[in-house]
Amino acid sequence: MMKKSRRSFLKVAAVSAIGIGAAPAISLSSSSNSQSTSNAVKSKNHEAKTAKRWGMVINCTKISDEVAENIVEACHKNHNVPDFNHEVNTEKYPNTRPVNHKQEVKWIWEEHFKYAFPDKEDEFLADKYKNLPFLVLCNHCKSAPCVKACPTQATFKREDGIVIMDFHRCIGCRFCMAACPFGSRSFNFRDPRPFIEETNPDFPTRSKGVVEKCNLCAERLAKGEQPYCVEASEGAIVVGDLEDPDSDIRALLNENYTIRRKQTLGTEPSVYYIM
Amino acid sequence: MSKSAIFTGLVIFIIVALFPFWINLGEIKPAPEPELLGKAKAAKKCVLDKIDMRANHMSLLDEWRDSVVRNANRIYTNTEGKEFEMSLSTGDNSCLGCHEDKSKFCDKCHNYASVDPYCWECHTDPKEIK
Ligand code: SF4
Ligand code: SF4
Ligand code: SF4
Repeated sequence: MMKKSRRSFLKVAAVSAIGIGAAPAISLSSSSNSQSTSNAVKSKNHEAKTAKRWGMVINCTKISDEVAENIVEACHKNHNVPDFNHEVNTEKYPNTRPVNHKQEVKWIWEEHFKYAFPDKEDEFLADKYKNLPFLVLCNHCKSAPCVKACPTQATFKREDGIVIMDFHRCIGCRFCMAACPFGSRSFNFRDPRPFIEETNPDFPTRSKGVVEKCNLCAERLAKGEQPYCVEASEGAIVVGDLEDPDSDIRALLNENYTIRRKQTLGTEPSVYYIM
Repeated sequence: MSKSAIFTGLVIFIIVALFPFWINLGEIKPAPEPELLGKAKAAKKCVLDKIDMRANHMSLLDEWRDSVVRNANRIYTNTEGKEFEMSLSTGDNSCLGCHEDKSKFCDKCHNYASVDPYCWECHTDPKEIK
């Protein structure tokens, strides 16, 4: 029998231990994945609209009931937001529970002045404001409490100021809904698909158990297009770069007196209203 | 104990132990080949090499979704300089824009391997919603 000193045994053992330890790293670096994707590039569309901080101005004097309806419809239809008044196709979706309208899902909707601007309510408020439809949506707050509340970073702030959701990550804990002082978020208590009349193939639906809200049409801006609500608003809604002093939106803010919702809470909304 | 009793017991034991093998004997099917149709067939090469796509498409898609949702980067330029829309199903330059039939492509292997990715709970196959 061959005699091995303790020393030579340890040498061999150490070398093989290194070998075993290094094996995953070696196979990783030689795996085709890292090789072939190392030179690949991810970039924005060439025609994408960009901004330092996106904001919106809504000219309330230009929004009639009809325009408001068109805007809401344009947003909800194109983003596959379920409508609980839609009659369910029972062949395709048998066993659909009856709806609870309190669980409605909305991205942009009409609100009365006193609910949109509760801190500005006044017993002698001009009559015209009492009857105007005020469109409310996520304010893409500069200091967004929903972002701070989200434990998974499913809700986060993009570099360009848009507060957006990564639906893949949302665990449905609804902390963000409790944190948002504007009620801008909706929870999917049920599978929304049976309540989508016509699915827009260019945007996903959501699944049961995730929260959703206005994404400032990030998918449209990425293609260099205007948000749906802007297009449907007949000139009443403008989006643009709040940080760019030469932008249309800054010109509007310069020329008009504007208010924001619940300013005193300090969330710094990026949606402005011309009264 | 008699020899024959032991052998009978042994044979019964082996038959029972090999139950999962012989019960499926007649049903062994070859692994399905996903079908390349139309544009995908003509293109010959996907975003990465075939072997890479087969092994790593899930991590590629994972990378893509983070890129699109979190960094707002939607275009993927591969090593050959070809551009792709980082999207499962929107537009001609997305996955399903090229692989025109999900049921003959994605589903084939996924069903065989009994994996049930939840992509399609939210993403839509343009064919299915029409
Ligand atoms: S309006 Fe609500 S949901 Fe939108 S950013 Fe502000 S806190 Fe978040
Ligand atoms: S419900 Fe989703 S988005 Fe909201 S806080 Fe929880 S994980 Fe974040
Ligand atoms: S910006 Fe887009 S998502 Fe937000 S309310 Fe307008 S249409 Fe809807």
